[in-house]
Amino acid sequence: MLSKRIIICLDVREGKTTKGIKFEGNIDIGDPVAMAKEYYEQGVDELVFYDITASSDKRDIIIEVVENVAKNIFIPFSVGGGIRSLDDMYNVLNAGAEKISINSAAVLNSELISQGAKFFGSQCIVLGMDAKKVKPSFRIPSGYEVWINGGRTPMNMDAVQWAQKARDLGAGEICLNSIDADGTNTGYELNLTSMVSSAVSIPVIASGGAGKPEHLRDVFLKSNADAALIASMVHYKQYTVSQIKSYLSKEGIAVRERI
Amino acid sequence: MISIIDYQAGNLTSVERALKYLGLSAAITANPKEILSADRVIFPGVGAAGKAMETISAQKLDEVIHQVIERKIPFMGICLGTAIILDKSEENNADCLGIIAGTAKKFPDMGIKIPHMGWNNINKIINHPILDGIDKEAQFYFVHSYYPAPENQEDVIATTDYGVTFASVIGRDNVVATQFHPEKSGRNGLRILKNFSRWDGKV
Repeated sequence: MLSKRIIICLDVREGKTTKGIKFEGNIDIGDPVAMAKEYYEQGVDELVFYDITASSDKRDIIIEVVENVAKNIFIPFSVGGGIRSLDDMYNVLNAGAEKISINSAAVLNSELISQGAKFFGSQCIVLGMDAKKVKPSFRIPSGYEVWINGGRTPMNMDAVQWAQKARDLGAGEICLNSIDADGTNTGYELNLTSMVSSAVSIPVIASGGAGKPEHLRDVFLKSNADAALIASMVHYKQYTVSQIKSYLSKEGIAVRERI
Repeated sequence: MISIIDYQAGNLTSVERALKYLGLSAAITANPKEILSADRVIFPGVGAAGKAMETISAQKLDEVIHQVIERKIPFMGICLGTAIILDKSEENNADCLGIIAGTAKKFPDMGIKIPHMGWNNINKIINHPILDGIDKEAQFYFVHSYYPAPENQEDVIATTDYGVTFASVIGRDNVVATQFHPEKSGRNGLRILKNFSRWDGKV
């Protein structure tokens, strides 16, 4: 039976893992390669590295991180942040990433999705999306608006419609982050996840808000997410991946336990 | 030496990295001489069947692969490599290499998410050396929209359930192929690559 995936997200800034709350106030929490190894040993199903390095002259650092991760862990991982061209995609994939995640760049230039899917295959292209709850309107019937630039710029675009368009353009998966829930540790945005997951036929990763294993249970059972992204609950060592998985397994959710 | 056939598809370096991690010597190559002098050959890949077959034909790698099979060199297909060794694929209606009789079929539209992406079990049908030490709890990383449907039941080594029950490991004589990615399937996946590195091509 296909397992629900637990994916750990590492925000990487100039080669160090960092963690922020509501996109603000980041603190460095470790070495991404060492952390990736540790989570691999714990049995995580997949990893995501978001490069949030601000200065463009330090962007190559992420490639080194990717190469070192790829030499040491043998599960899929994706890389996002700062990917704006096919060359950027190629560099990350060639360094050993399984997938690339594009967010703002895809909103500003949706051809990036179709071009990426054409050259590297849909399975490589993850659409990252930051969505925030608004009053439903003609432009935003779902009541969830797409924001870009790390949650700083509203786009007056409907999140569900954007998910469907991205699927049509060839995205293989959607990583859906709720700006409202992100960093709160109070649970995923179940309604948003459910709406997007039922609107597209491709896998949806729920992101933002995970603080305890019950939150993952809820997003799998109530929102039909295919995967759940977690960060602080493991980065701060409140839980291990195996603890989360054994809880989910007891709750009747199929997870990969034999690592 | 294990040759990894280079046909400009993605994912070649991942297989190479996994083999090197296991201490095995491996090289990515499209050179017929190198491929034919290897102890073993891996035919990995992600991407679309049609484009892959175009590249394979243009580089005359189809002839090389047929020679590898005839010379009984242990040969392993991975993911797209599994579709390519069948007769044809429904993806781009591509004619494939015809090493194992069968078709790569698209998952039916039955409310399941496509691609089949993530970790899933395999059910052993044949006790093949490639699956040595792998139990029924072990899961492997899949990502595909087409699945192998061999014509002959005896070519099915293991199956996986996802909407349909499909052949996730197939093989015949010195050929074996996994629909999942052993190079991305943690320790169990590495075990399969290790098994392949010791396999003499006999069942």
